[in-house]
Amino acid sequence: MLTGAQIALESLIREGVDTIFGYPGGANLWLYRYLPDYPALHHVLVRHEQGGAHAADGYARSKRGSVGVVFATSGPGALNLVTGLATAYMDSVPVVAITGQVPSTAIGTDSFQESDVIGSTMSVVKHSYLITRVEDIAPTIQEAFHIARTGRPGPVLIDFPKDLQAAVSVFNYPETPVRRRSYPAPPRPDPAKLRQIAELIKGAKRPVILAGRGVLIARAEEELAELAHQAHIPVGWTLLGTGAFPVTDPMALQMVGFMGAGYTNKAVCEADVLIMIGMRCDDRVTTRLDSFAPRVEHLVHIDIDPAEIGKNVVPHVSVVADAKVALRELNLLVEPKREHQWLTQIDQWKEEHPVRFTNHSGLLQPQQVLEEMYSRCEDEAIVLADVGQNQIWAALWFNYSKPGLFLNSGGTGTMGYAFPASMGAKLANPHKTVFCVTGEGGFVMNMQEMATMVENNIDVNVIILNNSSLGMVRQFQDDFYDGVRSAVDLTFTPDFVKLGDAFGMKAMSTDRVEDVGRMLDEAMAHKGPVLLNFNIDPNANVYPIVPLGKGMLDFVEAS
Amino acid sequence: MTQSRLLSVLVDNKPGVLQRVASMIRRRGFNIDSLSVGPTDDDTISRMTITVHVGRQQAEQATKQLAKLIDVITIDDITGLRNVAHELVLVRMHAPPGERTELLNLVDIFRGRIVDVAASSVIIEVTGSAEKIDNFIELMRPYGIKELARSGVVALVRGDQARIRLMDFAIDGDEPQTEPSRVAGVAGDTTGTV
Repeated sequence: MLTGAQIALESLIREGVDTIFGYPGGANLWLYRYLPDYPALHHVLVRHEQGGAHAADGYARSKRGSVGVVFATSGPGALNLVTGLATAYMDSVPVVAITGQVPSTAIGTDSFQESDVIGSTMSVVKHSYLITRVEDIAPTIQEAFHIARTGRPGPVLIDFPKDLQAAVSVFNYPETPVRRRSYPAPPRPDPAKLRQIAELIKGAKRPVILAGRGVLIARAEEELAELAHQAHIPVGWTLLGTGAFPVTDPMALQMVGFMGAGYTNKAVCEADVLIMIGMRCDDRVTTRLDSFAPRVEHLVHIDIDPAEIGKNVVPHVSVVADAKVALRELNLLVEPKREHQWLTQIDQWKEEHPVRFTNHSGLLQPQQVLEEMYSRCEDEAIVLADVGQNQIWAALWFNYSKPGLFLNSGGTGTMGYAFPASMGAKLANPHKTVFCVTGEGGFVMNMQEMATMVENNIDVNVIILNNSSLGMVRQFQDDFYDGVRSAVDLTFTPDFVKLGDAFGMKAMSTDRVEDVGRMLDEAMAHKGPVLLNFNIDPNANVYPIVPLGKGMLDFVEAS
Repeated sequence: MTQSRLLSVLVDNKPGVLQRVASMIRRRGFNIDSLSVGPTDDDTISRMTITVHVGRQQAEQATKQLAKLIDVITIDDITGLRNVAHELVLVRMHAPPGERTELLNLVDIFRGRIVDVAASSVIIEVTGSAEKIDNFIELMRPYGIKELARSGVVALVRGDQARIRLMDFAIDGDEPQTEPSRVAGVAGDTTGTV
């Protein structure tokens, strides 16, 4: 006989969990009472539950196939997870959150630290459970992990009343796989549709592929490359699809959309056959909807989620399936071909619209820092970016010659994501270099995790691109809101070297380009977390950019 | 252009399902006109009949997003099919003993019945289409409606065949089917023009 808490911990081990990010409190103390009895479960004490949720997210994104796990107590603890769960939900990240709840007999009485966690998180989780019987604990955990990691992945929350953590029962982990009539396996790709797509590719004069995060989730990078090379189709990607296709590949375009490369937008707008794989086609991709792919004759959409088909853009041919399975089967049908004229045209656009930056001020430019960083990544490092200008710069300067991991909060755009998520990424990949690119605004939103980083000596190289302002908002205000700068000045940000010192974290700072390489080398040589503050040109902007309300071809480039 | 869509949804009979369904419809910006829920012949399964007011493309989104909820087994858009779609209304009418005859004649015409008689009032029960219920209520107004309770729509498609066989979704059956059969009525795969 085991307690409910022990049953839960045993179940986590059965699901292959090795790391838990969490924070204890009154309603999950039975879990913490037994946690030390399970050395196979490495618990990382975060300093805020939001940091825990993002760390679990970073763990799951960077170790594909795994599920990130976060513990929180009831009430405020659980509610602090909401932003992290929303982030994971929008970007389809498998996370299981186990929240303590007041005793089942006290639910509904407004008891201390009680909140309706199921209700509060309903719209930001794939599914959730309130445990009501001790016998349900093991099967619920099994089902939660199954739902989190299969189909279109997403976060699942288990609300676990305190009395049931203490209740006693026999532990029997279900031996049969989860079967729910209301949750069937993803369908196989329809062969007739795949033949149709192969025919469309055959007849295409100006084909383009766009790849989203679905390609990375399905681990379909090889299949994507095979399709692109077999039929010589240029490949662009969404922000979250960054890394799915080698940037240096001759068939590579670049990021598409609102802040995508000009040549990618031109290719999409000129395409006659556009194949979108594993993406949601959201407003950051399409810009003004009627400007998206106006010359397309055959729009193809492949996605595992049927609700994404036709949600924003209605395709002519759609396949609901896992990207890897669909591409593997499609590749068997696609014949070799090469549209010389189209590829020549694309090369010409690449020359006319390179992704570049200018330096009129002589001050340190963010791209100079990123070029130095990427030159040290060896196509291997995991790069996380926060939200804002730093995110777009880091995405556009990502330069790998093979598929790689570039992680960021693309859907919800959660500032403060990257720093805690990078803890998860490093713990999931101890042998890989991890860079966390952030701004001074986003960094301070979760900087309490410096303590966690230092305590656990998590070897992340944190790069703060510090422009003393909320850069993206400042850029929008300058260009689209009458030039009135309002509430964007972050001059009053801590001295990051002293801050590092206070937390016991190695920290360096500069505003000179000559120091960048040396500081990066020193950070990488250091076995432990390092904070690098780069005071960059405060007026550096993101280019290209499509002005608000304008269309794909109205992009403005660096001048 | 918006229209009313009639959705017949089978869900796992679990706590919180109603909230999940209602919350999803609200979050996606759709409007519920009516929703009724009750168990089926299989007590692990409930049927929800939902009338939503949406545009054509929204209708498809609504059904697909509903189908994605883990507790939703199937969803069938039965708008425009040969349906029996009925509501039930209970009306407490002002009806002193001397003035009941005319009222009772109207009740007969609507094939309603008196389900409660008190000193100066009666409760009338009528079932039928929303339009029939609307008409009945309008006719009752002049006589003095004291209180009224009206259910949402429940609906089944006419004919011999069940639209959805629960056995197809039996937990120990074979691996089920491709997506479109989970979303009947509206195709799971969209084709159209950009």
